[in-house]
Amino acid sequence: MAINPHNRGPLRTLTMFLLLVIGLYGLLGAVSTWGTAQRTPKLGLDLQGGTQLILKPKIDKTGPGISEGQIMKAVDIIRARVDGSGISEAEVSTQGNNIVVSLPGTPDRATVASLKKSSQLQMRAVLAEVPMVTEPIPTSTGTATSKPTTPAVGTPQPSATTKPKATSTGTATTAPKSGYPPALAAATTPAPAGTPTATTPNPTTTAPTSGAKPKNGSDPAWVTPALEKQLADLNCADPKQVENIDAANKNEPLVTCSSDPKRPFKYILGPAELLGDTISNATSGQQTTQGGSSSGQWEVRLDLNSQGGKAFCDVTGRIVSLPSPRNEFAIVLDNQVISAPVPNSAICAGTASITGSFTAASSKVLADQLKFGALPMSFEVLTQDTISPTLGGDQLARGLLAGGIGLLLVVAYSLLQYRALGLVTVSSLIIAGLLTYGVVSLFGWSQGFRLTMAGVTGLIVSIGIVADSFILYFERVRDEVRDGRALRAAVETGWARARRTILISDAVNFLAAVVLYALAASNVRGFAFTLMLTTVIDVVVVFMFTHPLLSILANTKFFGQGHRWSGLDPTRLGARNVTYAGRGRVTIAARRAAATEGNQS
Amino acid sequence: MSTFAEFGNDLYTGKRSIDFVGRQKTWYTVSAVLLVLATIGLFGRGLNIGLEFRGGSEFRVSSVTDFNSFEARSKAAVGTLSTGSDVVVTRIGTDTVRVQTEKFQNTLTDKVITALAREFNVSETKITANTVGASWGQSVTQKAITALIWFLILVSLVLAAYFRTWKMSVAALIALAHDLVITVGIYALAGFEVTPASVIGFLTILGYSLYDTVVVFDKVRENTLAAEGSGRLSYSQAANQAVNQTLVRSINTSVVALLPVASILGIGYFLLGPGTLLDLSLALFVGIAVGTYSSIFIATPVLADLREREPGMIELKKRAMRYQTTQARKSGAAPSDGDLAGQGATKGTGDQDTKDIVHASTGATARPVHPYVQTGPRNQPKRPPKSKR
Repeated sequence: MAINPHNRGPLRTLTMFLLLVIGLYGLLGAVSTWGTAQRTPKLGLDLQGGTQLILKPKIDKTGPGISEGQIMKAVDIIRARVDGSGISEAEVSTQGNNIVVSLPGTPDRATVASLKKSSQLQMRAVLAEVPMVTEPIPTSTGTATSKPTTPAVGTPQPSATTKPKATSTGTATTAPKSGYPPALAAATTPAPAGTPTATTPNPTTTAPTSGAKPKNGSDPAWVTPALEKQLADLNCADPKQVENIDAANKNEPLVTCSSDPKRPFKYILGPAELLGDTISNATSGQQTTQGGSSSGQWEVRLDLNSQGGKAFCDVTGRIVSLPSPRNEFAIVLDNQVISAPVPNSAICAGTASITGSFTAASSKVLADQLKFGALPMSFEVLTQDTISPTLGGDQLARGLLAGGIGLLLVVAYSLLQYRALGLVTVSSLIIAGLLTYGVVSLFGWSQGFRLTMAGVTGLIVSIGIVADSFILYFERVRDEVRDGRALRAAVETGWARARRTILISDAVNFLAAVVLYALAASNVRGFAFTLMLTTVIDVVVVFMFTHPLLSILANTKFFGQGHRWSGLDPTRLGARNVTYAGRGRVTIAARRAAATEGNQS
Repeated sequence: MSTFAEFGNDLYTGKRSIDFVGRQKTWYTVSAVLLVLATIGLFGRGLNIGLEFRGGSEFRVSSVTDFNSFEARSKAAVGTLSTGSDVVVTRIGTDTVRVQTEKFQNTLTDKVITALAREFNVSETKITANTVGASWGQSVTQKAITALIWFLILVSLVLAAYFRTWKMSVAALIALAHDLVITVGIYALAGFEVTPASVIGFLTILGYSLYDTVVVFDKVRENTLAAEGSGRLSYSQAANQAVNQTLVRSINTSVVALLPVASILGIGYFLLGPGTLLDLSLALFVGIAVGTYSSIFIATPVLADLREREPGMIELKKRAMRYQTTQARKSGAAPSDGDLAGQGATKGTGDQDTKDIVHASTGATARPVHPYVQTGPRNQPKRPPKSKR
């Protein structure tokens, strides 16, 4: 079949459009077959069921507002907690200065509570440590009940364990090469302090049960049989138990686990001696030797404020001469020990450096942890939404029902108004729907976009706005027909005029959606996003599908000659002028004549 | 629907013309009354502020089968746990009970869930809990206002750049403010609950209202540019003609936009109960209806009023009047002076006159045309057959 030369341009555009749609679905198919994508759009919590928490970070101390960097750190904290609780597919995102946590399904209440608790970095002296094994370790001295306090501490370490213990405690010379635990050294000027001072915290109200009042944070008198039992019972492999550890009480000793998988130990720690807000900065980098050249060994450098520097000086001076493991100084974040370095001297300069078996990455992690630990943040719950999965499914089904009914009504109305031309509207709407579905699914994969109820509403609302582009176009074409143009010419001139209007009105709509998206909260965002998406798709469909289709249809006999069911019947549209249809035919006059004849007979 | 198509034809040709621009005082009065009512509703009655703005807890118990005295029962279930709180219980849809209370602590929330589950004999998974801090709604509103300001600034710039006149921006923004106040007023008067979702809806109305106004203004610009060139119509007449010509589009578009929203509204109201969907669609439904009204009855008359004062437009009006008088004289009847003074095409004259005047504008039959042109293609002289020669 020979192609009508008038159809060549439109056909080319249609082919390109077809390729675009195939490409979109091909991509979707490819990423769902070989990638991680799913073929359907990802659903939001309100449709799928789940819990959404909006947390507002609060800095405990009064000070300047929360900076963006601090928010990002807060997100890191929350993400670590969520991941630690073993929930899959949880999402943590920011929303202005708030943090949105979306958990699929219904998480148990303890998990939700654990997300809210405050994050604070503490430094505590180590009183005892045992290797992390699933079974409780019977400590050799546990039975020595006559002296319940002292022996339990220094010696329970079975020396048979493979710990190299490279550092002999008194030496202030070399950091361990790869050993454990990391060494803590005065960063720039190793200022050897004189004698260990024992002046630091003196808990008054909470004395351990065993009578003797602990003199300082390293005093073995802290360790009671109850704590020992707690240490023995603690199973660090059980997330539940780990979750229950609470370091909130700064004046009490703490039994906890190490969060560093490379050093699997359980600890009994003394009361908190330094809090995170005394750390003014923490950086990671390669250690420099005296000569100023890089030694190739990674270190974490720590800057303390004056108050912190003094406390640090006291503690390090005190514990430096104690036997292992009481010479370790544990850094506790989120109730777990992230590092327990051994000071090689009393460090009083206000700066310290931690060395050990660090890599570039692990030193960076520790520095970041120290830095955001410098920010004692707690979280206030702004909203908590729990949607049961059945309710979510109901919502989706009914939202789709509403969409279906809306679409049917639109189809009926446009067929009534535009007759066969209405079919063009309907097919364009279907094509637009197909495109939207594909793009939303694809965005679910690439951007993690989830379709929420508000998003579905946005889609349904956009039916009207998309259909309006077609109405605008058809009305302009009809106007041209009314002016007496032949249909093919009417389609072209009508298009030229409608195009401008469609573009500017869609631009306004798009602008509204962008502003909403940029400035609004999460639920609004889904709505704004779908609105934005459909506006773009509207333009694509009108330009690449509807217009070429109508151009081709204008060359058919049915539309081109204005069949009365085509919706472009010149007589019905009241075309006043004579139209010369070529080859000596005068369409309007002939039609009028025929019509009057028909009426008379 | 042939009548509707004819209506469209007549509007296009000007055979039938509704005087939108000329009778602006009528529309202004109608809108003024609506605005006053809205303001009274807003300040007298006040808005029914939703839970999200007040702060509180909401529980939804679904799959409830026994609705006997559900209010008292849920109040009793909650009352055992907290004293002196005002508990609002409503039934939603066919099988859901909604309980709204003051904000509970988290542990208490769990207990309430358990209590409600026991009371209504459903499993705890059928109950959804929703805790909202009062600051949540405030932050949403604050963001909405920021978004609004940014949107207005940007859109004014875009429109002023596109239409090359700031007056169109001003007219569009006046229509926008009109829509917003009336919509919010309707909310206040009807006592609909204002939730963050309704705030989203209000923001979307802004977009839609502008969208509709822009479509009409584009046609206004087209017609007035042609009028300025030909000098046959005054600005107001050309603008009025534009509104008439896009009227069918406006009606069709509003119907098509309202149909899906109405279907959400219906589904939301009868099947889903209060929620994002219902709040959004209600705001949109009211807003789209008001937005369509304002783009026809408010935006264009305001624009015409603004533009008519320009010296160039006064000049154009004089030219158009001269032209129309001569045209009318030619066709036998002089239009009354009130015609142009009233800025309307139909006022004071018969249907026939109006038709002629507006025909002139479209340029189709403006020039006197030689009779043979009206009969179609010229008949070529035929060569007589050989026998007759």
